[in-house]
Order: sequence, then structure tokens, then C-alpha cells
Amino acid sequence: MVTSHKDVENLTLTFVAEFPAPVGRVWQVWEDPRQLERWWGPPTWPATFDRHEFTVGGESRYYMTGPDGTKAHGWWRITAIDAPHRLEFEDGFGDQHGEPTDKLGVTRMVVSLEAAGDGTRMTTVSHFTDAEHLEQLVKMGMEEGMRLAMGQIDDVLGTA
Amino acid sequence: MVVDRVFHALADATRRDILTRVIREEQSVSALARGYPMSFAAVQKHVAVLESASLVVKQRRGREQIVRADLTAMRRAAALLDAYEELWRHRVQGIDRILQEGS
Repeated sequence: MVTSHKDVENLTLTFVAEFPAPVGRVWQVWEDPRQLERWWGPPTWPATFDRHEFTVGGESRYYMTGPDGTKAHGWWRITAIDAPHRLEFEDGFGDQHGEPTDKLGVTRMVVSLEAAGDGTRMTTVSHFTDAEHLEQLVKMGMEEGMRLAMGQIDDVLGTA
Repeated sequence: MVVDRVFHALADATRRDILTRVIREEQSVSALARGYPMSFAAVQKHVAVLESASLVVKQRRGREQIVRADLTAMRRAAALLDAYEELWRHRVQGIDRILQEGS
């Protein structure tokens, strides 16, 4: 089950999902960089976390590799942790060496995990600085969405 | 509300795809129509919904009708939030897969 709420004026996206696993298990997909990198990037832009300090004030460095080998760098800075229920961090773009650049916007992320029946409800709230920033952020995702759509069209045409 | 119309316009996968394409580059309705397994009229209808949400503008150029993205800051933000939501859907699917593996 997935629901979302978009607040266009305040540029936030609230996304709620439920998983059939206990809170502690869902926490691990954030805590363990090997699990995190399997879902953080868009489908054909897999992420690699080469640093992941999961503690308040800790930083992460990651890059996502596109289909043509292009690397998009990003970083996290963790601002609050209350394991296994709450995680707050800033997510930003990195330069070609992966170091934070202040030229582009920073997303503030608040993740909450709570027990819901036998499973876990995960709420993520993303706060963006401005629309331009958001645009940068989804560019890859949109290209990806477009490619997926194209692939589906190819399939349809191929079997026609 | 403009924003409601925007979200209605973007609730459809084909319209999201059309918008994505014309954000990258303006295109004629006939060029768009070639990209989808549906009739020219159906694609034209999708373009009209995007137009009524003020997400695109149509312009006659010779025999062609050219579709361009027309995004003020707020409409742009709505479209972008929508795309960002797609990313989160993918992420949730990814987490689901991992959770199903080793429990």
C-alpha cells in the first residue's frame, strides 16, 4: 500500500508505504549501505555508497551510474537518528569527486518507521529548496521513465 | 484550481510521457502520435487535456501542430513532484524485493 501527498506551494512530497516486515528489518535497508544501494537509485541508475556513516553528524558519499556509464554523485549528512524509528538527513549533489557542492539545492529528508499491524509503515517527507532543484533531481528519473515507456512501446510494436 | 487540473492531467501515464517528451524538445502532434500504439485522435485528446491544464501550448506551424511545454513555476513544480513520486514508487518496490529475499 502506497500513498503520497504533494504540497506544491511548499515543495514537499510525503510518501507513505507499508511493508510486511518488522520495523527493525526495514531500518536495515537504510542502515546497511549494501542494502541501501540496491534501491536508492532509479532502476537503470544503480547507486554505490562508498561511505555511509550512520550516526548523527555522519556523512555518506554515493554515486549513481547511468546506462552510458555517466556517474552522478551525491552525499548525505545525517542530522538526527532515533533507531529504529526516525532518520533525518540532507541529500545533495556532489561534484565529479563526490564532494558536496553548494551550487545546487539540498533536499531535507525525514524518514519515520512505525509498526502497523504485523508490518511497518514508512513515511518519508522530502523538502526541496526550489523547483529548479527538484528539476535537477528528477531529470534522471524522468529519462528513466521515458526509457521504460519506450521499452513498453517497443514490446507492443514487436509483438504486433 | 489549476493545480487540481494539473494533477488530473498527470494522472495518466501516456500524458506524463507526452509531457516528458515535450519538456525535452517541442514536437508535432503527428510525431508524438507515431510514438504510441494508439490513434492520432487519441493522442490529440491527451494533448488537449495537457493543454487545458496549461502544461503545454499548441501552435500551428505550416501543416503541423507543434506542442511545447509551458510551465510556470507552480505547474512545473507539480509536474516535477509527480516525477519525483515515480522515483519513490520505484524505491519502495526495490525495498520490497530486498525484504522478500531474506527474512
